[in-house]
Amino acid sequence: MATVRHSALATMRSLITPEGVDLQVKLADAGTRAAAFLLDVVFIATAAIAVTIVALFGVRGLGTDEMQPLFIVWIIAIFFLRNVYFIAFEAGRRASTPGKRIVGIRVASRNGAGLSVDQIIARNLMREIEVFLPLSIIAGRSGMGVADTLTTVFGLVWALLFALFPLFNRDRLRIGDLLAGTWVVEAPKRTLMEDLSARQDPVAKTFQFSHAQLDAYGIAELHKLEEVLRRDDYFALRTVAETIGRKIGSTPQPHDARPFLTAYYGDLRAHLERKLLLGNRRADKHHR
Amino acid sequence: MSALVPGDAVRGDAVRQSLASFRREREADWKAFEALLARVEKRAPRALSEEELLSLPLLYRSALSSLSVARATSLDSALIAYLESLSLRGYFYLYGARRGLRQRIADFFLHDWPGAIRDLWRETLVSVALMFVGIGAGAWLVASDKGWFDAIIPSGLAAGRGPDASAELLRRMLYDGDNGFLSGFAAYLFTHNVQVAILAFALGFAFAAPTVLLMLFNGCMLGALFQVYWAKGLGMELGGWLAIHGTTELFAIALAGAAGMRIGTRIAFPGELTRMTAAAHAGRVAATAMVGVSVMLLFAGLLEGIGRQTITSDVTRYAIGGGMLALWIGYFYLFQVVRNGDR
Repeated sequence: MATVRHSALATMRSLITPEGVDLQVKLADAGTRAAAFLLDVVFIATAAIAVTIVALFGVRGLGTDEMQPLFIVWIIAIFFLRNVYFIAFEAGRRASTPGKRIVGIRVASRNGAGLSVDQIIARNLMREIEVFLPLSIIAGRSGMGVADTLTTVFGLVWALLFALFPLFNRDRLRIGDLLAGTWVVEAPKRTLMEDLSARQDPVAKTFQFSHAQLDAYGIAELHKLEEVLRRDDYFALRTVAETIGRKIGSTPQPHDARPFLTAYYGDLRAHLERKLLLGNRRADKHHR
Repeated sequence: MSALVPGDAVRGDAVRQSLASFRREREADWKAFEALLARVEKRAPRALSEEELLSLPLLYRSALSSLSVARATSLDSALIAYLESLSLRGYFYLYGARRGLRQRIADFFLHDWPGAIRDLWRETLVSVALMFVGIGAGAWLVASDKGWFDAIIPSGLAAGRGPDASAELLRRMLYDGDNGFLSGFAAYLFTHNVQVAILAFALGFAFAAPTVLLMLFNGCMLGALFQVYWAKGLGMELGGWLAIHGTTELFAIALAGAAGMRIGTRIAFPGELTRMTAAAHAGRVAATAMVGVSVMLLFAGLLEGIGRQTITSDVTRYAIGGGMLALWIGYFYLFQVVRNGDR
């Protein structure tokens, strides 16, 4: 529990707006970023294959004497796909490639100012040596039939070194991020959920709790309870209702788990919020 | 069922009421802000009416103040998370890069690019010097032993040119027009050169050592080629053949090397800054220079694809090459737009 919260705090960075509010950005973790990158690679590869197929059909349709201009177009198109895809998307208004957008992360400037184009370019040019260089070494060697073990191992070690670089620094920076002064933060699109306190439940109205019963828990448990209620899984509700019932000495009927928890959540939140207004923030049940 | 302590539930209700009304009163603003953001993130701000544009910062501030209130008084974590993500989106949109694309492009050509190149003048000198050292070394090696030629120049690039080729064959290479795949080859060469330039830049972070080697080796290849032609008495002619686009192309690669060296030296000797900040500063200057380099390489590719085959007189070739070089030097080092006020 403590370690979980500690690791969550470790990736939070403060971002203080000019209005003086700390927006607390969360750095994207390595797995999310890898997923986004793989998605992008899939998109680029698909586009490259499509371009190639079109080029091949063009060759068949036009005859081989028209090969040259098509060859030029193909080479330039592939080059552009690889080098411009990331830059063009990240320089856009959303500062994220399609892959990043899907997993809900974006690029941001480390100093909190707006992103400039040169930062985007710097961080993406570095990707050449982080990813594509080792790959092209291996591909080129194997194409010539001289992919000896040493080269392959060297290429793989190199690629791994760079791929794992984000895991070895506090801010999860890629080499490119380091040079460009950027980092990748989570920018999820959330929808406004219903207010659980405002839930109208006829059965819930029948439950009443005393001060002592509401003093059993703190804010951390309240948030866990909120998660359980929002997930709305029958068995989880029952288990949690039994646990809380045992703790506060009032066991509800099994089929009443949801209304019971709704009622308890509402009262506990009101109780804790009132304490909050009086300047007493009760972090969790161990807090006195 | 437990006994109810009198007054307890009532006071709880009062808190509930006030927070519920806080949410009720402001929810419309949040939703409006969210809808506006979704629209401007998809399309240009021109899609908004004047009224909507003016309301954006107001709605943003109201979202921020709601967030502050919610953090201090509410324990609804979903609500706080929603307001945080909304405020963050608004912040990124309103404080992000606010200049239009056209403005950015104009700025790049008028200030940023020449400025970055001027900033790199020391590294550029070193880079050019290294290339010349490489040329000398390449020529000397091939002169001392023919076998070096094959070692230095990949057989794919040599295409039959070599120490053992006849003077006639070499001459034909220089003055014949399009021979089949040549323009395709030029496109390939362009992408290849851009990759070399990117490598020179990107490898700079390893304390510039790989960049230095790359510059030397590039020079070596040139020197080796020169020696072969020089020995057959075609040195001047090869000079013309290369100059027409080579002045632009080699200058571009030298600049890429300079950009790489800037990063490497700043990481090695950050001075008063932290290593990270120094790297970030150097990286941005170098990246601006690099975009310029790819523009230059594009020019070089065009000159190569068009000029090399159609213009076959040595004098014209030298004139175009020299003219391009003068143009670049003038643009980078002599042409300075006076900046009035802030950007």
